[in-house]
Amino acid sequence: MHRFPSSKLVYAMQNAVCRNQVVVVASSRLASTSPAIDDKMKAKADKMSKKAPESKSFAVNMFRGSVVAEQVFPYPDDIMSAEQRETLEMLVTPTQKFFEEQNDPAKNDEAAKVADSTMQGLKEMGAFGLQVPTDLSGLGMSNTQYARLVEIVGAHDLGVGITLGAHQSIGFKGILLYGNPEQKKKYLPDVATGRNIAAFALTEPSSGSDAGSIKTRAVLSPDGKHYVLNGNKLWISNGGFAEIFTVFAQTPVKNEATGVTKEKVTAFIVERSFGGVTNGPPEKKMGIKASNTAEVHFEETKIPVENVLGGVGEGFKVAMNILNNGRFGMGAALSGTMRAAITKAVDFATNRVQFGRKIDTYGGVQEKIARMAMLHYVTESMAYMVAGNMDRGFQDFQIEAAISKIFGSEAAWHVVDEAIQIMGGMGFMKETGLERVLRDLRIFRIFEGTNDILRLFVALTGIQFAGAHLRELQNAMKNPTTNMGLILGEATKRAFKSVGLASVSKELVPYAHSSLSEPAGLASQAVADIGVAVEGVLIKFGKNIIEEQFYLNRLAEAIIDAYSMAVVLSRASKSIERNLPSAAHETLMAQVWCNEAYDRVQNNLGAMSAPRSQKNFKSMSQIATNICKEGGVAHQNPLGF
Amino acid sequence: MALRALVGCKRVIDYAVRVRVKPDKTGVVTDGVKHSMNPFDEIAVEEAVRLKEKKVVSEIIAVSCGPAQCQETLRTAMAMGADKAIHVEIPSPQYETLQPIHIAKIMAKLATDQKADIVILGKQAIDDDCNQTAQMTAAFLDWPQGVFASKIDKEGDGLTVMREIDGGLETIKVKLPAVISADLRLNEPRYATLPNIMKAKKKPLDKKTPADLGVDLKPRIQVLSVEDPPVREAGAKVADVDELISRLKALGRI
Repeated sequence: MHRFPSSKLVYAMQNAVCRNQVVVVASSRLASTSPAIDDKMKAKADKMSKKAPESKSFAVNMFRGSVVAEQVFPYPDDIMSAEQRETLEMLVTPTQKFFEEQNDPAKNDEAAKVADSTMQGLKEMGAFGLQVPTDLSGLGMSNTQYARLVEIVGAHDLGVGITLGAHQSIGFKGILLYGNPEQKKKYLPDVATGRNIAAFALTEPSSGSDAGSIKTRAVLSPDGKHYVLNGNKLWISNGGFAEIFTVFAQTPVKNEATGVTKEKVTAFIVERSFGGVTNGPPEKKMGIKASNTAEVHFEETKIPVENVLGGVGEGFKVAMNILNNGRFGMGAALSGTMRAAITKAVDFATNRVQFGRKIDTYGGVQEKIARMAMLHYVTESMAYMVAGNMDRGFQDFQIEAAISKIFGSEAAWHVVDEAIQIMGGMGFMKETGLERVLRDLRIFRIFEGTNDILRLFVALTGIQFAGAHLRELQNAMKNPTTNMGLILGEATKRAFKSVGLASVSKELVPYAHSSLSEPAGLASQAVADIGVAVEGVLIKFGKNIIEEQFYLNRLAEAIIDAYSMAVVLSRASKSIERNLPSAAHETLMAQVWCNEAYDRVQNNLGAMSAPRSQKNFKSMSQIATNICKEGGVAHQNPLGF
Repeated sequence: MALRALVGCKRVIDYAVRVRVKPDKTGVVTDGVKHSMNPFDEIAVEEAVRLKEKKVVSEIIAVSCGPAQCQETLRTAMAMGADKAIHVEIPSPQYETLQPIHIAKIMAKLATDQKADIVILGKQAIDDDCNQTAQMTAAFLDWPQGVFASKIDKEGDGLTVMREIDGGLETIKVKLPAVISADLRLNEPRYATLPNIMKAKKKPLDKKTPADLGVDLKPRIQVLSVEDPPVREAGAKVADVDELISRLKALGRI
C-alpha cells in the first residue's frame, strides 16, 4: 500500500523563499492542516479515514488523468460588470500615457532609483492602492482590472513594477486579506495613497527557500500589551524607505490541550516609527535596479498586540495566501513586457534589409517571431484566466497561479532574448532598451519562489491529491459491496487504458470550438497520459517520490504544457466564438502550440518510464557528485595543464 | 464674481491611430477604433480647470455632442476637473453629417441656458480640421471672441487674450461674456489620475437631445466622396545641378 508525501514535506517545499518574496503556494487546505509535529499522528489518522479531497482545479485533476473543465472553459473574459469594464477602459489610456511620457526607465535604471517625479506621479495616479476598497482611499480594482493595469507597468518599467508590487501585491496585501476592520481603517488609506510605502519581510540570511526556519522572534511582554521583536530580514523590496512592514516572526504558542509551548510563525504589522527598525544600504543588483532592496533589522521593536495579523501562530497561512493572491500579477506584468519587446523586434525585422530582402521574409526570423508571439499568447491567456477565476471566487487556484509564474517568467526571458537576437548588434546596445529588460527579467525566475521549487510544489501537490484518491480506491476495495460505483468507474478507466483504448481520449473536444477539435484531442490525450504516468511513479516509488526530483521535474513540465494547451484552446475558442478579427490568427497559434506541447508532454512522460532515461538520471546524479567532490568541473583541460 | 465656463469636448479617433477610409468612400472606419478627446479640447478643459484653480471660474460644464460613447469623453473631462457634463446625444446616421454650424448652435443655446460667462473650445478638431465652431458660436451669441489663444488672463471685467497669428502674437482684450478657442501652446493638459477618474463617475452627467435645444440638424453640406491622400510618387536621383535643371525644365516646373 502506498503512502504519499507527508504534507510536512510538501509544506517545506511550499515555503521556499527567495528575496523578500516567498514561494509558498500551498492551498489553504494544506496550509490550515500544516502539521506541528505533535499534531502529525492525529493528522495521519484523520487522513487514513478521510475521504479524498475534492478540487475543481483543472491542473490538480490532471494528476488523476481527469478533465474538470469548469475553471478553464469557457475562457473567463467576460466576468467584469459593464461598469467595471468601462472604468477599466478609462483607466488604461492615462496609465499608458503616464508611462510613455512621464517616466524614464533608462534613467531610473541608471540612477538605481525610481525618479521622485515618477513616484509622486504614481501616487497621484492612485497606482499605490489599486485593490484597496474605494472607501479606504483605494481604487477598488478586481484582480482582472489589476492585471490589465500592471500589464502596462510591465510593458514600460519592471523596476517601477517591483516597487509597486512589493508595496501592494505583498507589502500590505496581508492587511487587505487578513486585517480586522480597525487594522484596515488605520493602515489602508495611507498605503493606498502612497503616503506610506509598505514592504513584506519574511526572508532571512539563513532562511531562503526554507521559510519555516526563520529566526526572527517576537515575545510577548510581561504586561501582555506588546510583542518585542528581534531579528534581521534580508533582501526586502522597499526596505530602505517603507513605513509599514508585514513581518513574520517565531512566537511561543502554548497548545491549550497538551500544555506544551512551541514556536510558531506569526504575522505582524510593524510601523517603522515603533522604534528599533533600521535598514542597510540599497543592494546593488543585476536588474530591477530602480527598485529598492535592503536589509531590515528589528531590535527590541515593541509591537502592540493589536498589530498581530491573522492570529497568533497563523503566520504561515498568512504568508502563503498573500503570495498566492499576488502571483497572477506577475504573469500579467510579464505579458506586457513581452508585448512591448515583440513590437520592438517586429519593427526592426520589417525594416531591416540584408541580402537584399527585409529580414522578416526569412524563415529563421519568422520562426522566432511566431514562437515569441505564442509564448506571449500563452502567458497572457494564463494570467487573465487565473485572475478571472480568482474574481469568480474560486479558492483552488494555487497550482495554476504557480504555473503561470513559472511559465511567464521563462517565456518573458526567452522572448526578450530572441528580440535582442533578431535585432542583432542593435539589440545589444543600451539605447535599444532591451538589455535592461533582460537584466530586469532575470529575477522573476528566482523570487516569489524559484521556478525550481515551484515545479516541485506543483508536482508534489498534484501527486498528493492523486495519491489520496488512489488510497480511497484502495480502501474501497476492502469493502467492495458498498463502494461498487467508485470501483466500477475506476476499473473501467483502467481497463480502457490497459487495452489501449485510452489513446482515444477526447474529453476536452466538446469544450473547444469545432475547428480546434484536433488540438483539443491532443490535450485530452495529454491529460490521460499524465494520469497513467502519475500512477506509474506512485507504484514505483510510493512515498519516496518526494526524493525523485528528476521525475518530479518532468512531471511538472508535462503538467505545465498540458495546462497551457487547455488554456490556449479555451482562449482561441472564445475568440472564434466572438468572431474577433484575430480569430483565425489565434487558431493558428493554438494549433501550433498544442501540436508542439503535446510532443513535449510525450517526451517528458516517456522519460519517466524509459530505461535509458532512468539510467541517465542516475548518471547525471553521479556526474554532479563527482564535480561537487572536485569543487568544480572534474575533467582536465584537453592540453593537460 | 466668479465665472461659469462651458467647455466643448469632441470625441475623435485617437491621434495615434492610422485612419482608414471606408471601402464605399462615405467616410472613415470608426468601428473598433480607439477614440479619445480631441487634443485641442483637452487644452480647453485644462485651461478651464486652471482658471478654476485661480478662482476666476466657479463652475465648469463639459459638453460633448455625438453617440453614447461621448460619455466616456465627458468622464475624462470630469476626471480632469470639470464639475458636470452635458451629453447631447446624436445618433449615428445624423452624427455623420453633423457640421460646425450645428455644434455652434448647440453650444450657443447651452451657453444661454447654463448662464455661462465664458465658452472655451478647441481651435479645431483633429478629425475634420474645420476650425469654425468657436467663431460661429461667438456669432450666434453675439459675444466677442478670442480665438487661437495661447495665454488667457482675467483683467478687470474682461479677459486679456494672447493670440497666435501669422508672424507672431497678438494681445487683445475681450469683454465678458466671451468665446475663446484654445491653441496648442495655451497649456499642457494634465493626466486624468485614476482616483479622479473614479470620482468623475459620481459627478452629474445630463443628457439632452438636439430637439430639446431646438436645434435643427439638417446638413448644409453634402459629402461626395472621402478618399485617401494620393500616394507619394517615387523621386529620381540626378547626377548634378545641370541635370536637375534640365529635368525640372522638362517637367515644366521652371
